[in-house]
Amino acid sequence: MVERRHWFSDMLPHLILTIGVGILAFPVWLAVVGSTWDAGTIANGTMPLYPGPYAVENYTRALGHGGRSSGEPVGMLMLNSFVMALAIALGKIAISMISAYAVVYFRFPFRMAAFWLIFITLMLPVEVRIYPTYQVVAQVGLLDTYAGLAVPLIASATATLLFRQFFMTIPPELVEASKIDGAGPLKFFKDTVLPLSITTMAALFVIQFIYGWNQYLWPLLITTRPDMQTIVVGIKKLLVTQDALTEWQIAMTTAVLAMLPPVLVVLVMQKLFVRGLVETEK
Amino acid sequence: MAVVTLQNVRKVYAGDIEAVKGVSLDIPDGHLCVLVGPSGCGKSTLLRMVAGLETITSGSVAIGGREVNEVEPADRDIAMVFQNYALYPHMSVYDNIAYGLRNRRTPKDEIDRRVQEAARILAIEPFLNRKPRALSGGQRQRVAMGRAIVRKPQVFLFDEPLSNLDAKLRVQMRVEIKKLQRALGVTSIYVTHDQVEAMTLSDKLVVMNAGRVEQVGAPSEVYRRPATRFVATFIGSPPMNLLDGVVEGEGRVRVDGAVLDVSDMRAGLQPGHLVEVGIRPEDLEIVGSASNSVSLPIDFVEELGATQLFYGALGGQPFVVQAGTGVVPADAKSLGLRIAAERIHVFDRESGQRLGRVAETAAA
Ligand SMILES: Nc1ncnc2c1ncn2[C@@H]1O[C@H](COP(=O)(O)OP(=O)(O)OP(=O)(O)O)[C@@H](O)[C@H]1O
Ligand SMILES: [Mg+2]
Repeated sequence: MVERRHWFSDMLPHLILTIGVGILAFPVWLAVVGSTWDAGTIANGTMPLYPGPYAVENYTRALGHGGRSSGEPVGMLMLNSFVMALAIALGKIAISMISAYAVVYFRFPFRMAAFWLIFITLMLPVEVRIYPTYQVVAQVGLLDTYAGLAVPLIASATATLLFRQFFMTIPPELVEASKIDGAGPLKFFKDTVLPLSITTMAALFVIQFIYGWNQYLWPLLITTRPDMQTIVVGIKKLLVTQDALTEWQIAMTTAVLAMLPPVLVVLVMQKLFVRGLVETEK
Repeated sequence: MAVVTLQNVRKVYAGDIEAVKGVSLDIPDGHLCVLVGPSGCGKSTLLRMVAGLETITSGSVAIGGREVNEVEPADRDIAMVFQNYALYPHMSVYDNIAYGLRNRRTPKDEIDRRVQEAARILAIEPFLNRKPRALSGGQRQRVAMGRAIVRKPQVFLFDEPLSNLDAKLRVQMRVEIKKLQRALGVTSIYVTHDQVEAMTLSDKLVVMNAGRVEQVGAPSEVYRRPATRFVATFIGSPPMNLLDGVVEGEGRVRVDGAVLDVSDMRAGLQPGHLVEVGIRPEDLEIVGSASNSVSLPIDFVEELGATQLFYGALGGQPFVVQAGTGVVPADAKSLGLRIAAERIHVFDRESGQRLGRVAETAAA
């Protein structure tokens, strides 16, 4: 049945979407604009909603020196965050993929017990187990190291479950054909499972990279040296100043810079990411 | 090329499910052996034990005289074609076919030569660089065959390879598989639940039911002398008619008030022995209303084109007659039927075993 559509029913979805986008984008726009004005303009509440003339100055200072209160150049913080997020994302993918492979394809004693143990860790994010985790990391001397930043966050039930779900959609005949074709478990993993998982890995990478990048509590706890800080912690430090005025323009600049890598990752991986979430074809 | 020998092979799955209950089978070199039977009778399980994809609970499987119970699938020198083809979706057709050879460290130029040859035989040369998803069902089927034949294995195993194809393609591929198997002379085991496929393909037909072998023989033999009531009704379409009867004397059975002469019935049966008489719908002679014929009231008629099926009942049991179109006048209300004594099969009503000769000749 063909229905005559009213102009209003055409416009309504657009209207709703526009409002949604506006709500989401406005703070981002404020940050971008804020990063192009000077401290005074922002502080006295008269900042206009269009970009000002201080962009170059703000960004060079943020990248090169950082704010007065944090004292670390944003470039350095970003590098730390990047290393941590990358290690977390790649580590999570590697570990969860291997454990899902074991759970799905091997019949070992206590297999279901292992699976449920993994499942239960869903209820134990870092925040819950932060004190014992801190103890362990401190005792093995990993404070103020990249390993200390990343390793405790790597184990991931979510990713393991996702891979398990995906592996279970791979037809069992493929395993059998591989066996007959002379491919053992390692070769089957490398030649068949890995290539088939690329889109799933990409989707996970995007999600986990952003998860890693946005970590706040854990890096705050285990980094003491300013040069090991991450950018999210850095932003927080810029806002809380005891003696001086908050350097809003530098805070805004840092915030904008902090948004860039996740945005870039999403843009670059977008196609694979979407395919990984919706693809059903095997 | 090899002989495949199964000795008292059993399979018990977890939970005491006995899927295969002791099967012994000899498949001569170069023969195509078809396992046929209803769903769940254990055909796939048996095939997968030969492939090494299921463990063998007891008994032994030997390929070319070597017991392979504990041998990995890759080392059994077999190739298998799966119902859903099981092609590697991320590999090109070429790589799909070459994969098994690469894993065996075959030299590159040898691989290329063999893949090209297989592609030529199966007429899939134009698709070598495509991914499986860009192929039709029939083409995928060919690729799966290609993957099997490049390896030049001792045994081909097929598990319902044609059941995902449409009817027309199925007939075409059936002929091709038969030709290919003849040409290559590779011993093959072929699982199907389609009895036409089973009849047309096999050199040796194995009818299975509930984990057991009901009968082994040449297809024509199985058709002409079904060893059990189950085989009688399973092989042949429409299925054989069965009527309750009672032994009357040597070579004579009483069915529904009439006495039939039977040429193939075991001697020495007590009169009064309960039997079932089997008559194939196509074995009946239509004689109008001549004397010493049985009259079958026609309930309804099915037109198959070249032939017609007449449905009715004799002595309260359903009965089907197949006759060439035009043999029976269109307005006939009943059929006069006669049956030759040598076309009557007699089965023990209790055990379902054939009461008569099974093997045509001494040698199978
Ligand atoms: N992994 C398993 N665990 C337990 N029981 C099984 C398993 N695989 C098969 N079975 C059982 O074994 C019996 C034989 O199964 P099989 O797959 O061999 O049947 P089939 O003859 O190939 O049937 P179909 O024509 O439907 O493919 C069935 O009753 C089935 O339920
Ligand atoms: Mg089966």
